[in-house]
Amino acid sequence: MIKEEFDAIVIGAGMSGNAAAYTMASDGLKVLQLERGEYPGSKNVQGAIMYANMLEKIVPDFRDDAPLERHLVEQRLWVMDETSHTGIHYRSDDFNEVKPNRYTIIRAQFDKWFSRRVRGAGATVLCETTVTELVRDAKGKVIGVRTDRAGGAIYADVVVLAEGVCGLLGTRGGLRKMLKPEAVALAVKEMHFLPEEVIEQRFGVKGSEGCVIEAVGTISHGMAGLGFLYTNKESISLGIGCLVSDFAAKMESPYGLLDALKNHPSIRPLIAGSEVKEYAAHLIPEGGYKAIPQLFGDGWVVVGDAAQLNNAVHREGSNLAMTSGRIAAEAIIQLKRRNDPMTKRNLALYKTMLDKSFVVKDLRKYKDMPALLHTNACNFFTTYPRLMSQAAQNFMRVDGTPKIEKEKATTAAFIKARSRLGLVSDAIRLALAWR
Amino acid sequence: MTNPVRILRVEDKLYQNRYLVDSGRPHINVRPHEQPSANLLALTRVCPAKCYELNDKGQVEITADGCMECGTCRILCETSGEIEWNYPRGGFGVLFKFG
Repeated sequence: MIKEEFDAIVIGAGMSGNAAAYTMASDGLKVLQLERGEYPGSKNVQGAIMYANMLEKIVPDFRDDAPLERHLVEQRLWVMDETSHTGIHYRSDDFNEVKPNRYTIIRAQFDKWFSRRVRGAGATVLCETTVTELVRDAKGKVIGVRTDRAGGAIYADVVVLAEGVCGLLGTRGGLRKMLKPEAVALAVKEMHFLPEEVIEQRFGVKGSEGCVIEAVGTISHGMAGLGFLYTNKESISLGIGCLVSDFAAKMESPYGLLDALKNHPSIRPLIAGSEVKEYAAHLIPEGGYKAIPQLFGDGWVVVGDAAQLNNAVHREGSNLAMTSGRIAAEAIIQLKRRNDPMTKRNLALYKTMLDKSFVVKDLRKYKDMPALLHTNACNFFTTYPRLMSQAAQNFMRVDGTPKIEKEKATTAAFIKARSRLGLVSDAIRLALAWR
Repeated sequence: MTNPVRILRVEDKLYQNRYLVDSGRPHINVRPHEQPSANLLALTRVCPAKCYELNDKGQVEITADGCMECGTCRILCETSGEIEWNYPRGGFGVLFKFG
């Protein structure tokens, strides 16, 4: 099929793959990018919030033509029980800036745009092509790939695995281990379409301003999970995700959770009358720092979700993906300039550079959080949300009960649910994991 | 109080999605078994596209046409060999319009 040899083959056209392909092609490297979908984005699913700063570092003028939905001026963090939500809202006019910080995007559209930029930079992008195997030389160095298209292997100096969370090639090729059910979440999402002005009214936004809600609580039925609602221009992305291990242990259905969330009295009015146009599901790496696999080897590097680079606490993924793709590309460019071979030893430069970036620094900060949330899912996602809700209601409801008695009742409820020791130990463990 | 949101069956949810089904070449297969393991049985509830169902002998069967290629079943059942999982051929499978 393709006789020529490339400087680099990038597998996958998601955030990390596009970032890597764009960066290398812009520098003049001969890049082939392979994507199994009909078009870039057709297999990709995200909430989605895109962080401008990380994209600016790759495509400085992205605002000129990228399909952006709304720039975020308001973030609501909710703790929910069956009938209520208690929330922290942050809204600031400071987010109405010339170059806004965060945007909602629709991945299929965004990825098509990014891919046009990748082609524009000079890379060859081949869609509808599933890579089936990595090709190695006698010493085990990765020297190319085989695909499901007719023809033989395609060769390159280095292969960038941007194959996404499932990471079939890497796991089957022995580059990294299979994901564990407790280190990955399954999220389901629906696209609810509503007229632009209805969204503006319901969320108190105007123009391209946007609002997002992220919620924990009884909505995840005692599992470690998160619900989200993101406003796009003419649609709302509504979804919920929980750890795969929890889903399996509890035999819960993800669509059942999503349907319950849609009917929650705090969510229902926000999506009333909407037309659902798509239902999607995707995995999210949740293992954090301790789950990061080997990132480089002879003739290969791995980036993005395939490398488990996802910050579950801050719900950041695509920016880590983009940044890891860019940094891997920059490392490869440096080696290329020096005419250094793409050996494991030389490609260690990618990890050295990544370790110095926010990507690894942030993940290291929260290295103990996944284990804490996994083992305490019931307390953090059910017991405390119920207690918070009761406390808030007790505080708000005026019924003639003396305030001192109300406060005592609230304190007693917390102690009854978790015991004094339990409360202190939960607080300490959370603080330690956060630090 | 707004009216309850209409709940669609999973089959109807999937009907809104676009697929290009590779007829006769399912990308996931379940290994023949007498009784499903706990993880394999869980797929009948956990698969977001409800691809896995119990037959009247209590065995788990798959119809992969509505698969969204999330990989949940692979995480739960590939290591034990109970399912065989691959991506569809290039261009086939789910085609997200929004994603």
